[in-house]
Amino acid sequence: MRNTKLVTLEEAIKRSGLKDGMTISFHHHFRGGDKVVNMVVDKLAQMGFKDLKLAASSLSDVHKPLIEHIKNGVITGISTSGLRGELADAISRGLMKEPVVFRSHGGRGSAIANGELKIDVAFLGASACDELGNACGVPRSENAKSICGSLGYALPDARYAKHVVVITDDLVPYPNMPQSISAADVESVVVVDSVGDSSKIAAGAIRDSKNPRDILLAKQAAKVIINSGYFKDGFSIQTGTGGASLAAVKYIREEMINRGIKASFALGGITAHMVKLHEEGLIGKLIDVQSFDKVAAESIAKDPLHQEVSAVEYASGQHLGSATHALDIVILSALEVDTDFNVNVLVGSDGIIRGAIGGHQDTAADSALSIIVCPLLRGRIPCVVPKVTTLITPGKSVDVVVTEYGIAVNPARPEIAEKLKEAGLNVVDIKSLAAKATSIIGTPDKLPFGDKVVGIVMNRDGSVLDKIYNIVE
Amino acid sequence: MKNAIAGTLESGDIMITIGPGEGLQVELQSSVAAQFGRQIKAVITETLEGLGVKDAHVQAVDKGALDCTIRARVTAAAVRATGKDVWKD
Amino acid sequence: MFVPGNNPGMMADAHIYGPDSIMLDLEDSVTMAEKDAARLLVHNALKSIDYGNTEMVVRINPLNTPYGKKDVEAVVKAGVHVIRMPKTETAEEVKELEAEILKVEQEIGCVGRTKIMAAIESALGIVNSYAIATASPRMMGIALGAEDYSANLKTNRTPGGAELLLAREQIVVAARAAGICCFDTVYSNLDDMETFRKEVELIKTLGFDGKSIINPRQIEVVNSVFTPTEKEITKARAVVAAIKEAQAKGSGVIAVNGKMVDRPVVLRAERTIALAVAAGVIDKEEVL
Repeated sequence: MRNTKLVTLEEAIKRSGLKDGMTISFHHHFRGGDKVVNMVVDKLAQMGFKDLKLAASSLSDVHKPLIEHIKNGVITGISTSGLRGELADAISRGLMKEPVVFRSHGGRGSAIANGELKIDVAFLGASACDELGNACGVPRSENAKSICGSLGYALPDARYAKHVVVITDDLVPYPNMPQSISAADVESVVVVDSVGDSSKIAAGAIRDSKNPRDILLAKQAAKVIINSGYFKDGFSIQTGTGGASLAAVKYIREEMINRGIKASFALGGITAHMVKLHEEGLIGKLIDVQSFDKVAAESIAKDPLHQEVSAVEYASGQHLGSATHALDIVILSALEVDTDFNVNVLVGSDGIIRGAIGGHQDTAADSALSIIVCPLLRGRIPCVVPKVTTLITPGKSVDVVVTEYGIAVNPARPEIAEKLKEAGLNVVDIKSLAAKATSIIGTPDKLPFGDKVVGIVMNRDGSVLDKIYNIVE
Repeated sequence: MKNAIAGTLESGDIMITIGPGEGLQVELQSSVAAQFGRQIKAVITETLEGLGVKDAHVQAVDKGALDCTIRARVTAAAVRATGKDVWKD
Repeated sequence: MFVPGNNPGMMADAHIYGPDSIMLDLEDSVTMAEKDAARLLVHNALKSIDYGNTEMVVRINPLNTPYGKKDVEAVVKAGVHVIRMPKTETAEEVKELEAEILKVEQEIGCVGRTKIMAAIESALGIVNSYAIATASPRMMGIALGAEDYSANLKTNRTPGGAELLLAREQIVVAARAAGICCFDTVYSNLDDMETFRKEVELIKTLGFDGKSIINPRQIEVVNSVFTPTEKEITKARAVVAAIKEAQAKGSGVIAVNGKMVDRPVVLRAERTIALAVAAGVIDKEEVL
């Protein structure tokens, strides 16, 4: 090809003008099967770079090798939606000098768009790419190996980063259309053997939970939705991927069929469950920021009513046109909820970081009805507490909390409490739920936090919401 | 007193291994050690004291057991170790 | 709902699914090596866990095993509501258990607190079912244990339950003659909710008060079969209203919609209302 952008990874890095202290970015669409972050940071370490700031849309267990790079001063700053596994544990115990900056998906999109988070070089993995840089997350040849579907979290990076490098394991002939990332935004294209472990990127369709507690919570959540006043023809919905959230979809579906109600759209992380309802005609359109399984990835590739959306258009609090503003109902989970309805989805009750903000802050704030579904207790760990360990989603965004010991409604929504009581649901005061938890498991001792700030939780508007301190042995 | 074990590693349970020792020494492994380690050890020692056991070495592997379960397992292990039951024959 | 007595995880929150009664088992679901530990788990769970309004039952080991007497002491001291005696064959066995229970109740000063439920699991037990049902004022109900019973008959269980016809009808008859409750046996195939529902409908028709279950997933089916429909409740209300009217007028004849209504109809209407109240679909206050 006359004008090719095809180079090796090392050349791409040299071309990018990357210097010590600059910011690099990655998306997490390959989830637990991602190879891009480790591959790129290993190469950067080899090439002698230091003091780099890593802006990932999220990080998981597979990014454990970053621990060494942090120890060696290659990476000295991280911003992300979440942290898990040994990397999270090490950071919680004080591995890094600079605190990690945590943002929601919408928050990260806003920050990139308004310049608060400036990206010097974006390294974006793609399932297929042509030599000029048109890239996508769906298969475009029989050699497609690492399929992820929507590239929603990569799009703000592609648009706003100073320099964009696309890394793919399937180079396809020009033009790779329709594209998610436009060649106009791409400087270099790198082809490697593999960008992701497909067995870990997306499971086969997630099976329905047979756990009786999940089923109980799911049925209760479905009853809340059905009796909330928002369950009418044309409603819109988003769910998480926890067992209870997915199971709730099953019970809502039954009632949709009984009443002849159709949903106008489903939003967010799309799973096979949503695709099935869409194909049955029960959900009009699918707005997809992340395709969670093979079924969703295949659907987005062929169905014009199943569309990719960028993190900004999905959930930015600073863009009134973002999809969450049109969302009626969202079902979310939580690590902890406190008696002011504040939610923590990031830090465990032992003080160790073990989750991600994801779209929690965004969907809870913008949706008309936000429902948190969580068990009162997880073993001896209380999920309804007097005060959350870390504040992620402020209580004023949270409308209903569903537990197996009762349903609590935010005092700011008395009309919902009325409707649920009339429907015969067990509506209780959230303080009584916290008290019930304590009466069963006892009162936990104070956690051994130190004085070092290891994480900063950002609000959607760019202000600081909470700080995470280190855990001392 | 001989060595004895009671309990399993299933969720909600606690595995108690008890044997001869000097005074009451308790070693605890638990995923909720930070929040409840102190309380769990207290329940173990109180239960043993209540049974009249003053000298024992206890290893406990906790999987989120409630206090009533801890009491039951500690009692079972102590009964198995000493041969003295808490119920009449 | 049966819950194995050696599973602390399950015992901790079995009540959240809303079963009417929880039966903690010390007998067949616990191996011999763990009988001592299970007894302690059940004792401590009964003492400490807040099961709300759920009726708490424990199935003890038979008194002629090394475990039975200790089981009785442990559960009575923990305040159990009902002791379920397995494999009951004679009225004498009931009296023996009664004596054991009384001993412990006297020791702790709560005489008369503990009730008994007898599981009948053999041919001899069926033959003696009325004697068993009337053997003690503490007897609140009798139940069928089909696994052991069908083995005792030298046959096996079938989906249609032909081998249980006599036993089921006998237990209902004995219970009603004695003025106590009767419960049907468990259905263990959790993946076949269709057949389970048919079985629950059958035993309801036979006159049983309820059914034993082994998993929270079965609760909804039993409740929906036993809960009267709106139509049935409306009819029952009409009958009860007609009775009140007749009583007020001092008339001996009760008529509903121009048809004469006699005693069996009245009794059935009262039972329907009672079931509706128990299921929570109508308020107790409404009825009085």
